[in-house]
Amino acid sequence: MAAHNLKHALFCAIVTLVIAYPILGFNLTSSGTNIVLEGAKTHTIGLVLLAAVAVFLFQLFRDNITGLLGKAPALNPLANRQPMEQSKRLKLESTLLTLIIVGALFWPFFVSRGSVDLATLVLIYVMLALGLNVVVGLAGLLDLGYVAFYAVGAYTFALLSQYYGVSFWFALPLGALLAALFGLVLGFPVLRLRGDYLAIVTLGFGEIIRILLNNMTNLTGGPNGIGGIPDPTLFGMEFGRRVKEEGNTSFHETFGIAYSSEHKIIFLYLIALVLAVITALVIRRLMRMPVGRAWEALREDEIAARSLGLSRTAVKLSAFTIGAFFAGFAGTVFASKQGFISPESFVFLESAIILAIVVLGGMGSQMGVILAAIAVTILPELAREFSEYRMLIFGAAMVLMMVWRPQGLLPMRRIHIELKAQE
Amino acid sequence: MSMLVLEDVHTHYGKIEALHGVSVEVNKGEIVSLIGANGAGKTTLLMTVCGSPQASSGRIILEGRDITRDPTASIMRSGIAIVPEGRRVFSGLTVEENLHMGGFFNTKAEIRKSQDHVYDLFPRLKEREHQRAGTMSGGEQQMLAIGRALMSKPSMIILDEPSLGLAPLVIKQIFEIIGHLREEGITVFLVEQNAHQALNLADRGYVLETGRIRLHDTGKNLLANPDVQNAYLGG
Ligand SMILES: Nc1ncnc2c1ncn2[C@@H]1O[C@H](COP(=O)(O)OP(=O)(O)OP(=O)(O)O)[C@@H](O)[C@H]1O
Ligand SMILES: [Mg+2]
Repeated sequence: MAAHNLKHALFCAIVTLVIAYPILGFNLTSSGTNIVLEGAKTHTIGLVLLAAVAVFLFQLFRDNITGLLGKAPALNPLANRQPMEQSKRLKLESTLLTLIIVGALFWPFFVSRGSVDLATLVLIYVMLALGLNVVVGLAGLLDLGYVAFYAVGAYTFALLSQYYGVSFWFALPLGALLAALFGLVLGFPVLRLRGDYLAIVTLGFGEIIRILLNNMTNLTGGPNGIGGIPDPTLFGMEFGRRVKEEGNTSFHETFGIAYSSEHKIIFLYLIALVLAVITALVIRRLMRMPVGRAWEALREDEIAARSLGLSRTAVKLSAFTIGAFFAGFAGTVFASKQGFISPESFVFLESAIILAIVVLGGMGSQMGVILAAIAVTILPELAREFSEYRMLIFGAAMVLMMVWRPQGLLPMRRIHIELKAQE
Repeated sequence: MSMLVLEDVHTHYGKIEALHGVSVEVNKGEIVSLIGANGAGKTTLLMTVCGSPQASSGRIILEGRDITRDPTASIMRSGIAIVPEGRRVFSGLTVEENLHMGGFFNTKAEIRKSQDHVYDLFPRLKEREHQRAGTMSGGEQQMLAIGRALMSKPSMIILDEPSLGLAPLVIKQIFEIIGHLREEGITVFLVEQNAHQALNLADRGYVLETGRIRLHDTGKNLLANPDVQNAYLGG
């Protein structure tokens, strides 16, 4: 065993060197019009060597270390808890949720503008992750191009407002429906595919949408994006200092309060909150309906599900369409929040992050996914100083999570339907 | 009265023909056993009845209605249920949830009734109601697979090698249940490697060899047939 570990550890250390040295060990510096390659300081090279040694030692004693990790129950006091009875658990969950939502309603009035803005972004990711959770977590369809539907929602609003002056409230359902339509249309050809093949085709689809948006310059402005996307209004009241659209009034004048740019931010946050809650509730409801059970059955065993008369296409399409719908929702809010969108916002990395949220949270588990969305969005902001290493930290966190809790933060507990109770 | 008729059915996997013109008839209330060696095409035949893969030519008639070109989902909702090869229970769901999936298209009242009925047939399942199906023994899973198929109250049940990998005592129990289903008026189409027990129980039997029906007769006659004895009953 030791010999095997030693070989493996040596190999890992060499790989570390091979990867790290070319990346960190050389610098590109400009001298005049040329760019020259320079060796880095000995200090950096020392660090690279140190990293290799660390990897070597970790791999050598990996069994002991992971054994220790597994023995640390203090890390997660909930891990070995007896499962609660279902009725009790559901009650606790709904009280907890209600409290959180009430807290979230009042919270923005007491914190800084930046926090509220960040919270809005968190809520957008919550919507996205809840939607993708239907597709990946519940129906088991690996979708790597989910960001495409997000983009469809955002661009629907941006284009409609630019060309037809459509307001946020009209664009919201339209964006979601159009995204759902895209989900449906894409679903037809690809849902015959399974696993890896489905993942690759959806990945391609995500890129196609982004590249289309980038290249249809005369419609979408291409890489320059679309700006001037209007903010939402509250019953015809605008949140700007001056009213932009004929017939609208302004919020601060109506209520006779001083203008503050914070009103708009809080309002957007509240909209995102309401929409996120609606998303969570609707999906929760769907999970308990026959269609939710059909998703699960198909994920568990496709042949068995079909043998019971479930139509593979209908079940998969419904998951795909509903997931896309909520991505469209989130996209519209995003466009309104940013006021400016470009294809840059819808790169593959976004899909990857949303997927990471679903996996980290625990496939299929709503609470877990919400927690993970908060963590994944906020942590990088807190660790601003390390922003260069964001992806590194992110990757390390993923690896650790998968070692420590392979089922995610809060693995899904399925709700079983009580027949007897419904006499 | 025929329940299920296959007329000269050919089935292809891509370019390879797996069934070369098979004709089978299952009458209402009968147990019909289909025996054959590994790779003879037994599973293929059953799956063709279910429409996946579809027959490339020939006709399949269920209770007088041609279902050859029907999609699988609609065939499986028209009074026919299959216990697929290798059980295929939903391993992450509990026993009860598996049963409920079986009655997916029925009302809650119907589900409750069929569930009680399944528990009467297999008291073992009742004991394990809230256990995850994947953690049960092979025999229990087979019972669950049969129970799940019965949840839709089918008029015909198709079983693909229900005795696969089970101990003799459990096999005996499963065959008793199959006999019991006939008494309830359910038509049974049974595919088995376990030729002796399958033919003993069956009203009639078919022998499938490399995609063709070689023999068909009553169960008793097939058991006595020297060719069958040589090939399938170990001489
Ligand atoms: N999906 C498939 N694609 C291609 N060929 C297949 C497929 N399924 C089965 N076959 C082929 O069709 C033939 C019949 O297979 P089938 O599974 O029907 O046999 P079987 O009688 O059920 O065997 P067993 O007793 O081992 O279950 C075999 O030659 C098999 O290789
Ligand atoms: Mg077979």
